[in-house]
Amino acid sequence: MFMLDKILGFFRFLGHQVTSAIARLGVAARFFISIFWLSGTSFRRFQLTMREIYFAGVLSLIIILVSGLFVGMVLGLQGYETLQRYGSSEALGVLVALSLVRELGPVVAGLLFASRAGSAITAEIGLMKATEQLSAMEMMAVNPVARVVAPRFWGGVISMPLLAALFSAMGVFGGWLVGVVLIGVDDGSFWSQMQAAVDFRLDIVNGVIKSLVFGVLVSWIAVFEGFDSEPTAEGVSSATTRTVVTSALAILFSDFILTALMFRGQ
Amino acid sequence: MKRTVLDLWVGFFVAIGFVALVFLALKVGNLSGSNFEGAYPLQAKFDNIGGLKVRGAVKSAGVVVGRISEIHFDSKTYEAIVTLTIDGRYRFPKDTIAAIYTSGLLGEQYIGMDVGGDEKMLNPGDTVFKTQSAVVLEKMISQFLFDKAAEGQEKK
Repeated sequence: MFMLDKILGFFRFLGHQVTSAIARLGVAARFFISIFWLSGTSFRRFQLTMREIYFAGVLSLIIILVSGLFVGMVLGLQGYETLQRYGSSEALGVLVALSLVRELGPVVAGLLFASRAGSAITAEIGLMKATEQLSAMEMMAVNPVARVVAPRFWGGVISMPLLAALFSAMGVFGGWLVGVVLIGVDDGSFWSQMQAAVDFRLDIVNGVIKSLVFGVLVSWIAVFEGFDSEPTAEGVSSATTRTVVTSALAILFSDFILTALMFRGQ
Repeated sequence: MKRTVLDLWVGFFVAIGFVALVFLALKVGNLSGSNFEGAYPLQAKFDNIGGLKVRGAVKSAGVVVGRISEIHFDSKTYEAIVTLTIDGRYRFPKDTIAAIYTSGLLGEQYIGMDVGGDEKMLNPGDTVFKTQSAVVLEKMISQFLFDKAAEGQEKK
């Protein structure tokens, strides 16, 4: 009898986990729609969104630019190491540019954005909730989703593609620095092979679409986790952790889906 | 923070973001060179196209003069019909040979336009009649072996 109880208890636990996960996803989806519904304020009073672009975008610039430079430099070194074995070190530009524009730019910039800006957004909104600033707003007939959440969401969505483009551009520069200036790959063939291989529509536009999708995902997860957090110090800290973990998983999973849709059979 | 300082930083951020995008489009990608002016189509029929791909290059004297825009199989003649989009600035004589070449030993395949001497020019939509199929390595090796075997028999 005791054994049966334990087995039933396990299934009860499993069922509870699944239903609550689905319920939470439903709440998050409704929250996503309500952000769009209440976005009017963020564009009518664009100064609100401007402030969030500053916090999410401008303050992430340093980490994005420095990481982009180093990722590009490492790609230059490692790519040269492998390519020169086949006597095709001139293809270094192609390797660096394609890997950055298609994959590394949007994905790594998205991961950095989630940990630099997403966590900050969650902590800020969570703390506003814990200190009852959100309830106070509601008391004054100001909708906190329109006034606090939507500008942060749009700030993130606008910043992310620009940050990813900067990451890729900086990475290409880093690869050029190592490949051409340091190692001595021919400058002309580095650029001309790159330009022949990188397609505007297929590679660059798809990269921008990817970064836009990641921007929406990360900003959505960040504002939702903040808004949904337990109004305690512990709740805010665990919500911040969840933002980073969920964002990273969402970026990598959706990257696989997007890559499969965009580059299938190419 | 003062509003003007904030505006300045955001403006700066958005501006360099767009500069990065333009850099990617023009310097890394080939947006500037990929649109041909007044491009016109030509068709060519091949017995075997090998590894030719859509968006591959069409070259004449080594210069890219167009792109391959479509490849399909004709079930009546059992041939591959390749549609080329040629830059409008260039015209080719009627007896031009469209041949499939490989760039380098392992590189991708492209169509080379070997220009003839005819005074009449190919009009947009015309078909290039003289074509040369891709070289299939297996066929070439078996031909070589066959020739060697034949040579050996003659000597006996």
